[in-house]
Amino acid sequence: MGAVILMPALSPTMTEGKLARWLKNVGDAVKSGDVIAEIETDKATMEVEAVDEGTITAILVPEGTEGVAVNSTIAELDGGAGGAAQTMHGITNKNPRENEKMIADSGAKQRPEASVHAEPKAEVEQDWGPTKPITVREALRDAMAAEMRADSAVFLMGEEVAQYQGAYKVSQGLLDEFGPKRVIDTPITEHGFTGMAVGAAFTGLKPIVEFMTFNFSMQAIDQIINSAAKTLYMSGGQLGCQIVFRGPNGAASRVAAQHSQCYASWYAHCPGLKVVAPWSAADAKGLLRAAIRDPNPVIVLENEIMYGQTFECPTADDFVLPIGKAKVERAGTDVTIVAFSIMVGMAMQAAEKLAEQGISAEVINLRSLRPLDTETIANSVRKTNRLVTLEEGWPYAGIGAEVAMQIMETCFDHLDAPPVRVHGLDIPMPYAANLEKLALPRLEQVVEAAKSVTYK
Amino acid sequence: MAQAAETSTKRRGKAKEPPMSREHLLTAYRDMLLIRRFEEKAGQLYGMGLIGGFCHLYIGQEAVVVGMQMCLKDGDQVITSYRDHGHMLATGMEARGVMAELTGRIGGYSKGKGGSMHMFSREKGFYGGHGIVGAQVSLGAGLAFANWYRENDNVAVTYFGEGASNQGQVYESLNLAALFKLPCIFIIENNKYGMGTSVERASASRDLSQNGAPWGIPGEQVNGMDVIAVREAGERAVAHCRAGKGPYLLEMKTYRYRGHSMSDPAKYRTREEVQKMRETSDCIETARKMLVDQFAVTEAELKVIDDDVKAIVQDSADFAQQSPEPPESELWTDVLVEGR
Repeated sequence: MGAVILMPALSPTMTEGKLARWLKNVGDAVKSGDVIAEIETDKATMEVEAVDEGTITAILVPEGTEGVAVNSTIAELDGGAGGAAQTMHGITNKNPRENEKMIADSGAKQRPEASVHAEPKAEVEQDWGPTKPITVREALRDAMAAEMRADSAVFLMGEEVAQYQGAYKVSQGLLDEFGPKRVIDTPITEHGFTGMAVGAAFTGLKPIVEFMTFNFSMQAIDQIINSAAKTLYMSGGQLGCQIVFRGPNGAASRVAAQHSQCYASWYAHCPGLKVVAPWSAADAKGLLRAAIRDPNPVIVLENEIMYGQTFECPTADDFVLPIGKAKVERAGTDVTIVAFSIMVGMAMQAAEKLAEQGISAEVINLRSLRPLDTETIANSVRKTNRLVTLEEGWPYAGIGAEVAMQIMETCFDHLDAPPVRVHGLDIPMPYAANLEKLALPRLEQVVEAAKSVTYK
Repeated sequence: MAQAAETSTKRRGKAKEPPMSREHLLTAYRDMLLIRRFEEKAGQLYGMGLIGGFCHLYIGQEAVVVGMQMCLKDGDQVITSYRDHGHMLATGMEARGVMAELTGRIGGYSKGKGGSMHMFSREKGFYGGHGIVGAQVSLGAGLAFANWYRENDNVAVTYFGEGASNQGQVYESLNLAALFKLPCIFIIENNKYGMGTSVERASASRDLSQNGAPWGIPGEQVNGMDVIAVREAGERAVAHCRAGKGPYLLEMKTYRYRGHSMSDPAKYRTREEVQKMRETSDCIETARKMLVDQFAVTEAELKVIDDDVKAIVQDSADFAQQSPEPPESELWTDVLVEGR
């Protein structure tokens, strides 16, 4: 049985090429791997190797011919590998690429309100019973300790987490309780140890990776996005990655541009990740416990300034908060202020000030940035008809921009004023005390924004 | 795949005994041939437009993965970058599933959502299949970390090219592995060219096997074109790691016959250089000659193996064309683990 040799495609975009030179003649025996011809594309000259063995019985396209279409027969082969001929002739399936555009188009239309959005559940915040005052720092530590007690696959690694007791003392006491195998000091090599933690998670371990600050996670962002977030999809669901990346995010105080960046919109941008940003001690404890238990990679954006602040926190052993659910921290009727992390505190202060001026503000603590609880925000806006977003980070493609767009998509007709964003200035963070203060959102800006959307 | 049954020290004690048994060499020959034929077929399907995007063939380097795999046992892990089809077949993953992933079909290991560079099999201990040069080295250290954490005696075999060996995170990983004494075998597959840049133009080091030396990681240069040499070195590395002595590094001197990817005109080396390697150092021809000369394996016996391999590859190619494309519903699955 004879086989045919087809004009090969040498790149995904090649449709035709020049058959520059034949290196074999009719009557020559060829075996697999022999170079039989040279082909020129618009980019390069390439060698064509024989796949099957046999004797060339005919050359159908003489050398020097231009514009030879991919998959056209260029020579015939006799004998040798019987299977080859069937393959060559047997390939009648249409080229999968033809379907690409169609799928992409229909995919866009079909796009469900998928993973970015939380399930619409208008549940009231569960009552967890008695509370006691603890700091955010203690809440985070207690969350890790509780989950490490419950599951031996959970461990903590990062710079200074063990013997130093945490650069910000968040992991205080954990080394004593769990030992050096589960509370692991790493060298200052974020890229390497993050990759190592992701690899360990592929095998079913449940690492908590502490970044001394999230600024340093940029060293490791390839492992977070390309390895942790995408592998589940790329493996068709086979290889998940249960891992938590946590640490202080955003501006601290007087540490200048490289140590004062908000990564909320960076990570919230990426499918395959969940992103939470606690404000209170209860948020910190409940969200971190949920993050450690979640079978997906979860980014926990903490805030250094909040670490020492004290809040009432449920004492129940099983206290945990759902990821993807925002909390209405203060009910109001005139304007909705949406904030996360440390800015929730500023929003609450603004609401106080506004109340003094007769404006009733509803404050929403997002808690979760991905999935985003659009339902809770929209329900609020349907009531107040006005939206102010508040974040420390940069405005461009920021969380505020996303929240405002979601609201315009879901309840545009309920808006009585264009939404207003309050945010950090679009500049690297300055060091000087006066400039730093100006670069960050200020209480009076939030009050002003609320007044402007209420036309007061 | 055959598992190591005998120790190399015993063999070396008896000068006249062949360095690999007939049975093992036959298995190695068959496994290398399967990879070779599979890759040739993949190249053919690519040429017909049935495989898209990037496709990096392993032709020429087969002895490395086949020799190493003979040293491994259940629970050991393998991870590599994107020149990965050979590694998958060596770990025992089905040719059908690999080829169907190349054609982007639902029958592929990743349901058509990963492609040539992204396939995985927890069952076979294969952890990918990674597209970012050097990233798999840190991940591989993590697989080894998991063995250390679980206190088992499994090892993680972490493959990377000589091109990746210059990446910063590779050095971070060597340090971490040595620091924690992780059972990680770092394997530099030095095929002389990182895409079009020769190793001499990319690395100031002339002996990559010593890249772990600053951290006290033992290293060896190995003839990666010789499956017997690979296996012997692999056994030394595995024994070191299983004994809890920390990581080990092997630099496999090997060669790829094909371009970096399918669209590589390979102008950075001469045709004569490639031809010389094929004629003098080919791992499959070497094994075949040894089987015939030293073990009196007949041409008829080899033909049976050749035919068997061809049938597997042909079957995989047929399957890869018959398996349907993934349904549109697959767009939205596997983004997150659901049910929480």
